[in-house]
Amino acid sequence: MSAPDTDLQRLVGKPWKKPPFIQRNWLRWTLILGFFAYLVAAFMTIEVNWSRVYEGLERGKQFVLAFTSPDFTTRSGDIYEGMVESIVMTVAASVVGIGISIPIALGAARNVAPLPVYLICRSIIAISRALQEIIVAILLVAIFGFGPLAGFLTLSFATIGFLSKLLAEDIESMDRVQAEAIKASGARWSQWINYGVQPQVMPRLIGLSMYRIDINFRESAILGLVGAGGIGATLNTAFDRYEYDTAAAILLIIIVIVMALEYLSGIIRARVQ
Amino acid sequence: MLRLEKLVKTYKTGDQALKAVDLDIPEGQVLALIGPSGAGKSTLIRCINRLVEPTSGKVYLAGNELTELSAGALRKERRRMGMIFQEYALVERLTVMENVLSGRLGYVGFWRSFLRKYPQTDVDEAFRLLDRVGLAHMADKRADELSGGQRQRVGICRALIQDPALLLVDEPTASLDPKTSRQIMRLICELCKERGLAAIINIHDVALAQMFVQRVIGLRFGAIEFDGPPDALTPDVLTTIYGEEDWEATIEKIDGEDDEAAE
Amino acid sequence: MPVLETEGLKQWHRRTGRESLGHWVMWLIGVAVFAYCWQQISQATTWFFVWDAPTIAEDIWTRATPPKWEYITQLGKPIWDTLNIATLGTIIALVLAVPVAFLAARNTTPSALVIRPIALLIIVATRSINSLIWALLLIAIIGPGVFAGVIAIAIRSIGFCAKLLYEAIEEIDETQVEAIKATGASRWQVMAYGIVPQILPAFAGIAVFRWDINIRESTVLGLVGAGGIGLQLSSSLNVLAWPQVSLILLVILAAVVISEWVSAKVRGAII
Repeated sequence: MSAPDTDLQRLVGKPWKKPPFIQRNWLRWTLILGFFAYLVAAFMTIEVNWSRVYEGLERGKQFVLAFTSPDFTTRSGDIYEGMVESIVMTVAASVVGIGISIPIALGAARNVAPLPVYLICRSIIAISRALQEIIVAILLVAIFGFGPLAGFLTLSFATIGFLSKLLAEDIESMDRVQAEAIKASGARWSQWINYGVQPQVMPRLIGLSMYRIDINFRESAILGLVGAGGIGATLNTAFDRYEYDTAAAILLIIIVIVMALEYLSGIIRARVQ
Repeated sequence: MLRLEKLVKTYKTGDQALKAVDLDIPEGQVLALIGPSGAGKSTLIRCINRLVEPTSGKVYLAGNELTELSAGALRKERRRMGMIFQEYALVERLTVMENVLSGRLGYVGFWRSFLRKYPQTDVDEAFRLLDRVGLAHMADKRADELSGGQRQRVGICRALIQDPALLLVDEPTASLDPKTSRQIMRLICELCKERGLAAIINIHDVALAQMFVQRVIGLRFGAIEFDGPPDALTPDVLTTIYGEEDWEATIEKIDGEDDEAAE
Repeated sequence: MPVLETEGLKQWHRRTGRESLGHWVMWLIGVAVFAYCWQQISQATTWFFVWDAPTIAEDIWTRATPPKWEYITQLGKPIWDTLNIATLGTIIALVLAVPVAFLAARNTTPSALVIRPIALLIIVATRSINSLIWALLLIAIIGPGVFAGVIAIAIRSIGFCAKLLYEAIEEIDETQVEAIKATGASRWQVMAYGIVPQILPAFAGIAVFRWDINIRESTVLGLVGAGGIGLQLSSSLNVLAWPQVSLILLVILAAVVISEWVSAKVRGAII
């Protein structure tokens, strides 16, 4: 028992410090100092007009108070039209987007599709994901003119990138044995997809679709800012005119619809799983 | 040392986990609590340090009544009761040393513990305990890198560094292989003897309990069915605790405290 | 899966008669809703412009290429602003999201009846409204500029981060918390030793993930006047300077790709 004893002698009486998360000293200090240097630089370069901010606090208070008495009636016609347009865009874009994403997801799953198809589908997904909805909307408005068609196309395009990527990942990680069993029975490719793949990814497809509908609705609320239809234009006008009570009413409607959608998707996801 | 008086625990679901349990444990006695799953063993242990609030009854630790204490006073009393868990319950993402030192949380202030600036005496004691269980060289390893037996040793160190008068041990060997189980039981009992601690050990393995403890309590449906020395556990007694079964094979003659003296 | 007997033969059907009827009605309603939506969109569209779209697209393309490369010298400051909006916004959001998450998680909330619903309301309200709308609102209140962008990103991110974080808190291993409680630790010590180490990896992952999203979002905040590279995009669009627009779009694309790469690397290092 002599060895451990000397070991203990060495340890006792010495202070103990938690070993740092990043072992290398220079790297740790470079990261810490670099981070603080960045923070200082960032704060230095932000120009804040404090007197303007101070003036704004009063308006901020008004806006918060507006939430206690939202005005649904004065511009009820505009709000109604804008909301219907947003919902219409959401529904149409979700249906089309989901419809197109399924074949693209199959093409983008390496265990289902041959390599050339895989590469094409993956690049479609990459392009769709890299471009922001609002930027796509600007371009489409420039090409197709103002109105909900541009918004509809934007949302469909964005849905493809989102849904295909997640669905393709799900197909790639599915249980291979089940799929092989169907293949072994002599099924054709389409039968194999129908019996071996579809049942495995269906719950996830439904869950993701619900989630995407939720996102599409939220996005449809801003497309109006660039003229692509929906409630955004009404909201923008309300802010421009400082009609906070109308703006508060619109925001409340958006929040309530999003909550309802989340609740609904929770129920549906619980049922399919 | 520890006295339970008419301890009752009824869960919200209406299940009566403990039915007026009376128990008296003298200084330094190691006691095994046996009984089928759901007999209330875990509940009994957790009612003592009030991780589970007892419905009624009294718990006296060295003369102090625990069930009426305020949150602050309860924390002070909890320092006197070290607890060892079934699944080790180490904070997996902290180092072994932090896990052991966390046994001192009741003694140091928040900022001291937050900044890991424990008194030197605590650190020394932690190293001594780790050395005693043969893990001093592992101090800076993360807890999730250890094996089951090693984790349980760290758990023992965490309980002992509290400087407790009583150990509450909940199924210490349930997740361990037979050999490690024996080593852990032996370690717990040796340490209790060295430090004169009383202990309540919840255990499934009747043979293992008989091997190491001075007194056995049998619990069934939340009531004490048996209280006596380990060699009084006859097949009849086991049948009253657990129900009908062939017990001859379970009650081993504990002959020749053998093999794994050196680990 | 029912088996029907017709003319003494057993026939297997996937669904019973009523089930398949219900199925068809559902599909019918779905198709009708979609047709209605499409009709609405179609009504609001000037189809003349749409048929003209290929020519317009080609026209824009010829004007936008090649990008005006020398314009990049003027984009340095806007890119720096964009980075700041995303990073500072994320940091502020995380600071605010942590307490909200602890108040919203079932196992740490001080009061499930009063405080938890309030915390959940904060999460839903901040999450359902896009950062562009928050920016619009803040510009109306405190005036245009980078500061409004930072705050808009911060508010939008609170709900997102707090939601993921409170789900992580609800999934922790309770026995580890119990063990720390049993040592006689105070409420805050239980938090620091029992809960925080368990959620730290999730926290780091959420932070990097949200930072990545915020880089994307802050590139367009300028469209409504909240600073960053979107400001340049907006002014270039207003004067139809397509070569500048194409360069800015390339820069935004590069920023998005780089931020995604960085966040993937960091997440890989943490987990």
